[in-house]
Amino acid sequence: MTVATLEPTERSRRADQDAADAVAAADAGPLLKAAGISHFYGARAGCENVSLELRSGEVLGIVGESGSGKTTLLNCLAARLRPASGQLAYRLTTGRTVDVYGLSEAERRRLTRTDWGFVHQNPRDGLRMAVSAGANVGERLMAVGARHYGDIRDQVTDWLTRVEMDLERMDDLPSTFSGGMQQRVQIARNLVSQPRLVFMDEPTGGLDVSVQARLLDLLRGLTNDLGLAAVIVTHDLAVARLLSHRLMVMRQGRVVEHGLTDQVLDDPQDAYSQLLVSSVLQT
Amino acid sequence: MEDAPRLDVRGLAKSFVLHTQGGVTLDVFRDLDLQVFAGECVALQGPSGSGKSSLIRLLYGNYVSAAGEILVRHNGQMVDVAAADPHVVLDVRRRTMGYVSQFLRVIPRVPALQVVAEPLRARGVPQATAEAEAGEMLAQFNIPKALWSLAPATFSGGEQQRVNLARGFIIDYPVLLLDEPTASLDAANRDVVVAMIRQAIRRGAAIIGIFHDSTVRDAVASRIVDVTSLGAAA
Ligand SMILES: Nc1ncnc2c1ncn2[C@@H]1O[C@H](COP(=O)(O)OP(=O)(O)OP(=O)(O)O)[C@@H](O)[C@H]1O
Ligand SMILES: Nc1ncnc2c1ncn2[C@@H]1O[C@H](COP(=O)(O)OP(=O)(O)OP(=O)(O)O)[C@@H](O)[C@H]1O
Ligand SMILES: [Mg+2]
Ligand SMILES: [Mg+2]
Repeated sequence: MTVATLEPTERSRRADQDAADAVAAADAGPLLKAAGISHFYGARAGCENVSLELRSGEVLGIVGESGSGKTTLLNCLAARLRPASGQLAYRLTTGRTVDVYGLSEAERRRLTRTDWGFVHQNPRDGLRMAVSAGANVGERLMAVGARHYGDIRDQVTDWLTRVEMDLERMDDLPSTFSGGMQQRVQIARNLVSQPRLVFMDEPTGGLDVSVQARLLDLLRGLTNDLGLAAVIVTHDLAVARLLSHRLMVMRQGRVVEHGLTDQVLDDPQDAYSQLLVSSVLQT
Repeated sequence: MEDAPRLDVRGLAKSFVLHTQGGVTLDVFRDLDLQVFAGECVALQGPSGSGKSSLIRLLYGNYVSAAGEILVRHNGQMVDVAAADPHVVLDVRRRTMGYVSQFLRVIPRVPALQVVAEPLRARGVPQATAEAEAGEMLAQFNIPKALWSLAPATFSGGEQQRVNLARGFIIDYPVLLLDEPTASLDAANRDVVVAMIRQAIRRGAAIIGIFHDSTVRDAVASRIVDVTSLGAAA
C-alpha cells in the first residue's frame, strides 16, 4: 500500500492563500452586533438583556423550551420588532456600519429587502397565499431589481429544484400545498435574492428527515461558499449540531449559555442546558 | 526541530458538575502539564475513565476546563483555546488543529466524497480541487470508488471510521488529535493509518493520540505518557 502525497507546490500555494485568508477574516469584524436587547409584553419579559455578534459565513443556533423568547429575540434581531431597549448594528456591503433601530421605516425596509431574509415559524406568515409558488419566489427577485423575465424564471426553477419542489406544482397556489411544501417555497423565496443574512424560525419544522438533510446541506454550502450568515431558531438539537457554529440556550427570556455548538451540547455548563441536552436521545 | 512547543498545556483541570444528578461534582484531573513539539507523537495512556478522551476534547475546545491554559501555536501566535472567543477556536480548528474521533457525525444525505472534501471547502478551496483531493484520500484509505457518491450512513463501522480518517487527514494540520482512530479497523487498514500517522510526523505535525491497540501505539508513538502522571488525579 503506497501513501501518495500532493504536489508540494499545491500545498505551499495553499499555505500562502491561507495566510491571506486569515488576515482578511481577522479584518472583517462582525456583520451583526446586538447589545443589551430587552423586549417586554406588558410587565412580562419576552427576552432580556441579550447581546451577540455574528460574522459572515457564521451560523448561530438558538434553542430553548417553548415560550423562552426565541421568536421574540429573532424578531428583534431582524428589526421586525423594536425592542424596549438595546442596540443593533449592521455592517453594509460598503463597509459602513448602520444603527438599525435608528433607520427610518423606508431605509429599514430597503435594508431588510436587499440584504436579509426571514423564514417564519409558520410558512403562511412568510408567503403570499394568493399567488403561485413560482411567483412567490420570483417577486423577491423583482423586489431587488431583476427585470428580465427569462432570467427570473430560470432562477426560480433553479431554487425550487434546490429545495426539492416538484416543478409541476410551480404554478399552483401555496394554499394547496402541504406544510412541508409551503416551508420549502418559503425558504426558496428567502434565498433566491442571495441575502447576506437570514433569520430562520424552526425552518425544518414540517419537513421529513430526507428533505431536512438536503436543506441542511444546501445551507451549509451557502455559508461556506457565499459567506451567508444565519440565525436559526430550532428545537431540534441534531439540526443545531449539524448546522450552527455557535449555540445559545434560552430560558425564561434570558440566555443561560452561549458557546461553540459542540461544547454546549457535549459539555453543557448551565443546569438548564444539561437538562435540555440530557432529555433528548443522543445523536 | 522548532524549540517552542506547538502545544503547551499548563495547570489544566477538568471537572464535571452534574446538575441533573443532584449537583455532584466529578473531578477528573487537575494541575496537568503537557508540551508537544513538532514532529512528535504523544500516546496517552491510563485506565478507563482516567480522562484521556476528556483531555483530547479539552484541547479541541469541545470541553470546558475548570482551570489552566491550553496554548496552541496558531498563525504564528500562541492562542489559549481555553479562553479564546468561539470564532477564534473555530479558526484554530479550520487551520491548525484536526481531530479524529471514534465516530463519524455528518449531515445524513451528503455523499462520502463531499464529507471528506468539507474541511477543504470550509477553507475556501474550490469544489473541483477539494473533490479531487477527497478522492485521493478515500482511495488511500481503501474506500471503493463505488461508495464515494453514497452517504456514509449505510456504511459498515470500519468504512465509516475510514471516511472519518480521510476527513481528518485531508488537511496537513500542524496539530492532530486522534481518539482511538483504529478501533474498528482490520489489520490491512490499520497499517494504512499507521503509515498516514508516520507521514504526518515526518512533515512535522504534533500529534496527541489514544491508541488502545499496542501494535499501533508502538509503531507511531515517540513518547507514551500516563495521564494520571501528568497531573494530580483529582
Ligand atoms: N405578542 C405577544 N403578546 C404577549 N405576549 C407574548 C407575545 N408574543 C410572545 N409572548 C410571550 O412572550 C414569551 C416568549 O414568546 P416567544 O414566542 O418568543 O417564545 P418562543 O421561545 O419562540 O416559543 P416557541 O418555541 O413555543 O415558539 C412567551 O411567554 C409568550 O407567551
Ligand atoms: N460529557 C461528560 N459529562 C460528564 N462526565 C463525563 C463527560 N465526559 C467524560 N466524563 C467522565 O469523565 C471521566 C473521564 O472520562 P474519559 O472519557 O475522559 O475517560 P478515558 O480515559 O477516555 O476512558 P476510556 O479509556 O474508557 O475511553 C469519566 O468518569 C467520565 O464518566
Ligand atoms: Mg417561537
Ligand atoms: Mg476515551
